[in-house]
Amino acid sequence: MVDDLYQETILDHSKRPRNFHSMDDANRKAEGYNPLCGDKLKLFLRVEDDIVKEASFLGAGCAISTASASLMTESLKGKNRAQALKLLDEFHELLTTDVQAAKDLGKLVVFCGVRDYPARVKCATLAWHTLRSALNDTGETASTE
Amino acid sequence: MSALSIQTPFDVAKLREDFPVLKQTIHGKPLVYLDNAATAQKPQSVIDAIVKFYAVDCANIHRGVHELSQRSTKTYELTRAKVQKFLNARHQHEIIFVRGTTEGINLVTQTWGRKNVKAGDEIIVAGLEHHSNIVPWQMLCEETGAHLRVIPIDDRGDLILDEYAKLLNPRTRMVAIGHVSNALGTINPVRKIIEMAHTAGALTLVDGAQAVPHMKVDVQALDADFYAFSGHKLFGPTGIGVLYGKTDLLNAMPPYQGGGDMIRTVTFEKTTYNDLPYKFEAGTPDIAGGIGLGAAVDYVNSIGIDKITAYEHELLLYGTEAVSQIPGLRIIGTAREKAAVISFVMEGIHPHDIGTVLDRMGIAVRTGHHCAQPVMDRYQIPATTRASFAFYNTTAEIDSLVAGLHKVKEIFS
Repeated sequence: MVDDLYQETILDHSKRPRNFHSMDDANRKAEGYNPLCGDKLKLFLRVEDDIVKEASFLGAGCAISTASASLMTESLKGKNRAQALKLLDEFHELLTTDVQAAKDLGKLVVFCGVRDYPARVKCATLAWHTLRSALNDTGETASTE
Repeated sequence: MSALSIQTPFDVAKLREDFPVLKQTIHGKPLVYLDNAATAQKPQSVIDAIVKFYAVDCANIHRGVHELSQRSTKTYELTRAKVQKFLNARHQHEIIFVRGTTEGINLVTQTWGRKNVKAGDEIIVAGLEHHSNIVPWQMLCEETGAHLRVIPIDDRGDLILDEYAKLLNPRTRMVAIGHVSNALGTINPVRKIIEMAHTAGALTLVDGAQAVPHMKVDVQALDADFYAFSGHKLFGPTGIGVLYGKTDLLNAMPPYQGGGDMIRTVTFEKTTYNDLPYKFEAGTPDIAGGIGLGAAVDYVNSIGIDKITAYEHELLLYGTEAVSQIPGLRIIGTAREKAAVISFVMEGIHPHDIGTVLDRMGIAVRTGHHCAQPVMDRYQIPATTRASFAFYNTTAEIDSLVAGLHKVKEIFS
């Protein structure tokens, strides 16, 4: 049933997103866009000595994309670039394959229900596409397409 | 639920029996199909016509002297006659088969447009248009140096005709207008719009994709120069549609694509083109689609388009009343004249979440920008949820939608 998708943690983070603000001293920024639904997201990172010290975001999106961005910003803090990119790959695997969820995902496993809703995978990955372009510092808008 | 009762000019339950797709459950619930503006479902008679073509009559058209080719040609061409009558076109050769509304519009921009539109000319579209009636004109403007002008809409979703009047000038070459807005349901006063365009010396193209399945369209009464629609929204197959054009205009236009069927004689030095409508129909067409479209026109005629209009209007009133009762729900598009489309937003809840929850209750709606991003920008919203109705929908289904929306509120508030 639909409750498998909208688990309590997801609803909580969509209604009360964490780290939902801009960041004046961010040294990595990126924008994400899902052209299918018009969802937009801005991601701010403060990276020092290769470690993500702070992460925040702004944007308007569905419950899945907002909760994903919120939980992502929480889980990024303290990770270095390689660890963050690894997390991104594991998160993508969680949404698109049936393999056992990686241990580092922690709370992010609540998104496992998304794999049964293929039309919603892009909602969940918008923030993460944006993360990739922020870490690569491409300055381009990340697109889910 | 609402104590409203509505007039049904035909037996809806019996008509539903004609649509095999409606007899299924989705996630354990009876399917409630409210995405008719995206595509309409197909009656058994349309499916049978397509199967019969492939199983019994399959041959290429306009070529063979053999029996099968004659059968397929006859049935395919019969659709042209049916569509001519359905739209009240003056001549059968004014009915050009295309893939759909989008191709019909592109045909006009690429043939009439390239020949007639010059730098400094102006094309007018409405702020309500589907992308398919914006982008082809933009591409033409980019190529020719012409300018695109846009008729603004008011808060209800009605075109502001005074502003339209100001846009018209001797440089206006074409007014391309949607008959009915897919995103909001607004029925535009196309007859008036066409009359004003003609007075200014401009031609007109009407995107009829959302009108033809729901109301009587008479291209002569409208005096439209071009009128396009898609078969799949008229309960016919995908891949087939119609462009109507006035004979003189079509004759003066260069061909669209080159190939077989559109020629009279070919030598390496010179090719002469075929007469209308074949000049615009290069290559083997979607024969099965054309035959299926003929069956769809027959089916709609058997019910009566005026009865369909009347019943769908009752559904619109019932649905508008019912969903308006839901706290925090706002209907986007409240034009004075509306087709049976209800587009809405719910406070604090994204349309995609609404769509997913409804889907799990068996209810199919469309969520997103409906290929009308300028309309969304006008209302400063990223997307809406849209319920769009057909004659096989019922008030009971609207009640299911309302129950679904209450469930949505329960989850997200």
